[in-house]
Amino acid sequence: MTRQMTGARMVVQALKDQGVEVVFGYPGGAVLPIYDEIFQQNDIRHVLVRHEQGAIHMAEGYARSTGKVGVALVTSGPGATNAVTGLTDALLDSIPLVVLSGQVPTFMIGTDGFQEADTVGITRPCTKHNWLVKDTAKLSETIHQAFHVARSGRPGPVLIDIPKDVQFAQSIYTPMEKAKVSHYQPVVKGDIDQITRMVELMETAERPVFYTGGGVVNSGPAASQLLREFVEATGFPITSTLMGLGSYPASGKAWLGMLGMHGLYEANLAMHGCDLMINIGARFDDRITGRIKDFSPHSKKIHVDIDPSSINKVIRVDVPIVGDVGHVLEDALRLWKARGRKVNKAGLAKWWKQIEEWRAVKCLTYKNSDKVIKPQYALERLEALTKGMDRYITTEVGQHQMWAAQFLGFEAPNRWMTSGGLGTMGYGLPASIGVQIAHPESLVINVAGEASWLMNMQEMGTAMQFRAPVKQFILNNERLGMVRQWQELLHGERYSSSWSESLPDFVKLAEAFGCKGIQVSDPKDLDDAIMEMIRYDGPFIFDCRVEKHENCFPMIPSGKPHNEMLLGDADTQGVIGSKGAVLV
Amino acid sequence: MSPLNIKKGSTSHSAYDLRDPNAEVIETHTLAVVVDNESGVLARVIGLFSGRGYNIESLTVAETDHAAHMSRITVVTTGTPQVIEQIKAQLARMVPVHEVHDLTVEGPSVQRELALFKVAGKGEARIEALRLAEIFRAHVVDSTLESFVFEMTGTPEKIDSFAELMRPLGLREIARTGVAALSRGA
Ligand SMILES: Cc1ncc(C[n+]2csc(CCOP(=O)(O)OP(=O)(O)O)c2C)c(N)n1
Ligand SMILES: [Mg+2]
Repeated sequence: MTRQMTGARMVVQALKDQGVEVVFGYPGGAVLPIYDEIFQQNDIRHVLVRHEQGAIHMAEGYARSTGKVGVALVTSGPGATNAVTGLTDALLDSIPLVVLSGQVPTFMIGTDGFQEADTVGITRPCTKHNWLVKDTAKLSETIHQAFHVARSGRPGPVLIDIPKDVQFAQSIYTPMEKAKVSHYQPVVKGDIDQITRMVELMETAERPVFYTGGGVVNSGPAASQLLREFVEATGFPITSTLMGLGSYPASGKAWLGMLGMHGLYEANLAMHGCDLMINIGARFDDRITGRIKDFSPHSKKIHVDIDPSSINKVIRVDVPIVGDVGHVLEDALRLWKARGRKVNKAGLAKWWKQIEEWRAVKCLTYKNSDKVIKPQYALERLEALTKGMDRYITTEVGQHQMWAAQFLGFEAPNRWMTSGGLGTMGYGLPASIGVQIAHPESLVINVAGEASWLMNMQEMGTAMQFRAPVKQFILNNERLGMVRQWQELLHGERYSSSWSESLPDFVKLAEAFGCKGIQVSDPKDLDDAIMEMIRYDGPFIFDCRVEKHENCFPMIPSGKPHNEMLLGDADTQGVIGSKGAVLV
Repeated sequence: MSPLNIKKGSTSHSAYDLRDPNAEVIETHTLAVVVDNESGVLARVIGLFSGRGYNIESLTVAETDHAAHMSRITVVTTGTPQVIEQIKAQLARMVPVHEVHDLTVEGPSVQRELALFKVAGKGEARIEALRLAEIFRAHVVDSTLESFVFEMTGTPEKIDSFAELMRPLGLREIARTGVAALSRGA
């Protein structure tokens, strides 16, 4: 059966065929025909955002918490340029998105028409791929292709720019099954010879460590399951990047905690001292490696990644394996079992003894207070009071983000959404709404800094309109805390523009949006207030007044190796005692 | 004093490691990239090079299979071995890219470039230019009483040396196509 329809209807039809349930978007002249089609159907829900950046972060939160492709719709010109930060964020964190943008009619392209921008030109470097569709006959096929590209291989955002005349014109709809098979088919099976080398190295290693990343989450729940089985069976210690938290449970015996610039002492020293590093779906980011020259100098390195360009990009590895994490782990685990489940028991026992010594340093220790709320304490209480709940956490960017990664435990993948690669302040609030839309019954908390939160606070309106009862847990230090910390440590304590001046009254702000807010500054009131937030049926803004000068430790200053980590007991007077520098 | 041993009041510290970790030997490679001839594909490839700080020494592109709408981009680039590997991996993962060949390592190849030279002069210089053109097998494709336009195909090195010889003889302008290359044998 061939079906003739307008381009605008094709868009909606193709989204339905792709299983899309929600679109985050904002209308404008160049997408009115598509909005008209959305109005006339009930299968796809449209969430009206308050700023297009919000739409993209919501789609990211939706995608990251479900494993599906997130979809956003924006108008031409300013609508598209407002989407750029979100697209870049999704590109760096490998989040699958399909973004549809309106464009001036084809015959006006290049004339500086009203709300014309070179959207494919502007978004070329911040998408995995993009298309300008100039012919309605090609529109439906392009949309199907876009979904394929967004979710295949290393996932990422794609954009389709659709001129208004293409939306109005009629053509024949190409259903999903009839769409041309794309030549873009990334390899998912790893090379079996390399996997064999991997297993051989694992059998003899004395000081192995699993170093896992967002690739495990992206590969799907089965990959996390395989990883858990492999870790349990071998007894190897495991650490993860910020993006990979949850794929191995925080309560697991072998868990070392997060690694990297603000990672745990035991995790970073295990990376530095290991003789076998097994990188599963991580990319040797500079927040992880520190100084390249001194990065894990005595280890053989295995790297499993679906993106060949991630391999040998910054760190030379001994066993490169291009493939999907789930597929490679399955083969490796099967092979390791078939060869007799061998590990170097004596070596491992010694290695764990060493790791226990590092653990005994208790690097997350902080000086608590009964007068002022320490941010770490606030997160410890949040963790204690929400543990075991059906809980999703998003964050903004800054110290609070790192503390959240250190002090909250994640037992499952897809439960932790944070802006890792781009570090986008303003990500967390909209992302929390996207998560809540996907999981209406779950507890969704955005752990925020006051400065980041203000960047997209208009989205509280979206939360209210769409009854998304997101909890905004703001660790308010009245500082651009992370900036302040760097100025203290690296710029001679000159605090240039790192204050949050003229902050709004967050409780009144909550009232203005029509939801509830609370301000807490006494540690004694914290538990009750957190419980009130959890129980409240609706969006909630929690203004948690915390210590203003707390620093986030451990910290590996940029360009330093892992074993030159600062522990520092976070003295609040702006100067850190010299014993804070731990040189191993 | 903070534990970084940076004196209060100092300004010389960057948050980033500014040294180039890849400072090794620089190699020149010729890459053949087979792509879908869709709009924007060239911008995509060039954007990759500029965005990631890779070098382009020469670049040619044209549709080579009209039925399948496929183009062949030949790019000559320089970099350390690690950078060259990165360039190939980055090209290969682009959606419209079908094949990436490194002609420099995949066995012997032929490389040709076409160039046009405008040389103006009179008397001895003019005669000398013509004589050299014959030796280099350059053709005269335009002439006036005071000028020649020579056409020459050859390796980039041959074109370079011809240009050097023409310079003192009145070389006015050069137009070069950039390198086209194929591997030798079947
Ligand atoms: C959009 C954007 N602009 C600037 C920065 C640089 N930056 C990183 S953290 C930070 C301060 C964040 O302050 P806040 O949200 O209050 O978090 P805190 O560090 O105080 O916990 C800044 C300005 C950024 N990451 N993103
Ligand atoms: Mg702050």
